[in-house]
Amino acid sequence: MSKIEIKNFNLYYGNFHALKDISISIEEKRITAMIGPSGCGKSTLLRSINRINDTIEGVKTEGEVNIEGVNIYNDNVDVDFLRRNVGMVFQRPNPFPISIYENVAFGLRVNRIASSKEIIDETVEKSLKSVLLWDNMKDKLHKSALTLTLEQQQRLCIARGIAVAPHIILLDEPCSSLDPVATREIEELMIRLKDDYTIVIVTHNMQQAARISQDTAFMLLGKLIEFSKTDKIFTNPSKKETDDYVSGRFG
Amino acid sequence: MIKLNPKLSQKLSYTLLFMATMLAIIPVLVIIFFIVKNGASSISWEFLTSMPRNGMRAGGILPAIVGTFSIVVCAIIITLPIGVCAAIYLNEYAKDNLLTRIIKLAIVNLAGVPSVVYGLFGLGIFVMFLKLGVSIIAGALTLSIMELPVIITTAKGALNSVPQSFREASLSLGVTRWQTIRYVVLPNALPGILTGAILSIARISGETAPILFTVAVFYVPNLPNSIFDQVMTLPYHLYIVSTQIPNMPKNVIYGTTLVLMMMVLTMSFVAIFGRAYFRKHRKW
Ligand SMILES: Nc1ncnc2c1ncn2[C@@H]1O[C@H](COP(=O)(O)OP(=O)(O)OP(=O)(O)O)[C@@H](O)[C@H]1O
Ligand SMILES: [Mg+2]
Repeated sequence: MSKIEIKNFNLYYGNFHALKDISISIEEKRITAMIGPSGCGKSTLLRSINRINDTIEGVKTEGEVNIEGVNIYNDNVDVDFLRRNVGMVFQRPNPFPISIYENVAFGLRVNRIASSKEIIDETVEKSLKSVLLWDNMKDKLHKSALTLTLEQQQRLCIARGIAVAPHIILLDEPCSSLDPVATREIEELMIRLKDDYTIVIVTHNMQQAARISQDTAFMLLGKLIEFSKTDKIFTNPSKKETDDYVSGRFG
Repeated sequence: MIKLNPKLSQKLSYTLLFMATMLAIIPVLVIIFFIVKNGASSISWEFLTSMPRNGMRAGGILPAIVGTFSIVVCAIIITLPIGVCAAIYLNEYAKDNLLTRIIKLAIVNLAGVPSVVYGLFGLGIFVMFLKLGVSIIAGALTLSIMELPVIITTAKGALNSVPQSFREASLSLGVTRWQTIRYVVLPNALPGILTGAILSIARISGETAPILFTVAVFYVPNLPNSIFDQVMTLPYHLYIVSTQIPNMPKNVIYGTTLVLMMMVLTMSFVAIFGRAYFRKHRKW
């Protein structure tokens, strides 16, 4: 069974039909990339997987998004619990303006997942280790998160998400505000995380998709044009639009 | 048309803009200078802490200070929680529908209603209909009604300036909407809400019309014992000593003015420095 199975999914912003009949199956413990020109609906699709689009007024959806066989758009789904299982990292690093430690502990505390200091300490350490921030930061845990570099902030945001133990991580152009060196670092981190999490990443950068992902979805104007192994999308796509896009003829 | 040389026109426009700024602040400075010059001599410990004597012509203004202070404190205790709750509702929960738009329009327009209208309204509702009489609570409620739209507007602005990305970050951790407001939005908005509140206090401390019919009296021999007592207030006392009593020594008038002005200015400065401090040292 696929980890995430989207079936005939449509999304409207008011009258604007942003996602048109999308069907896609995303496999567990792989990196799936979503590429396509600006405005094609990549972020919208990604944000449908943890229902964060619900917070935008006037959004309507049709169809299904199944995670482990359960349609998350069912009425009886606990959206907050869903979001705990499906973490999200945003385009601009958005740590809270509190200490590094408190950022990672935030979800644990507020969701009352853990209250004992030992467990929180332990989870903070484990989360920071898994994003390779621990060695540098273990003595500065109580400094403000805003003192970090952008790359470190983005790592911290990933750690903050990991701390509440999701099994899926959605990333929306996580490297677009970073320089090339920092981008490579975050890419390596994602490749490491793939062994434990199912990762879906939206990217503008086709080289990035080619470097890190196993599967790639190509979208255009709200439609899913092609979805298959990354190698195939970049070397031998079956649709003409995909070929035009990946070879740089438009977009 | 004469074309000025660009250097000259640059200089000229700079001068004009600078003069306009000066024109705006000079009258204020002149007023402050005069009040301080004429009032400073009458400020003394006795003036601040004793009752008026000799038909207000001597003694102190303690009851007016205490009166203004108690009305304003009551008013802010009433408005702040209600105003913040309403602002949270409007900014975080209200759907953009007809009702919401009417409420928002009403709030904007209520802030423009002349304060004497609130005074008469307070007289009708609180003093007479609810039989609270002329009292601190009636005055405080009147000021609350008047100040509520302002508090809602500033609190809403403070909430609105909390970046959407913080809300999304919190929600994406599985934190509920209310918890997000409680632990992310409110702490970030708090400095803005508090400065708005302090500026409101400063503003209502000087209001005369709303308290004229609802709480202020010419003279009371005692300090208030409860919120159902009448009190003297600084703005009304100032009106009385400047117009209603013959042979009033000028320094009493200027002294009273100075006290009122210092009270308002101090609060404004506290608000400004408080905001700067919060910005620098914010935990949030
Ligand atoms: N809140 C919104 N209200 C109305 N329309 C929206 C909203 N958000 C996005 N859209 C529209 O939906 C379409 C898809 O937007 P989306 O952000 O998903 O594109 P994207 O592929 O992520 O683009 P980009 O690469 O620029 O991030 C766009 O045409 C956009 O204008
Ligand atoms: Mg996008």
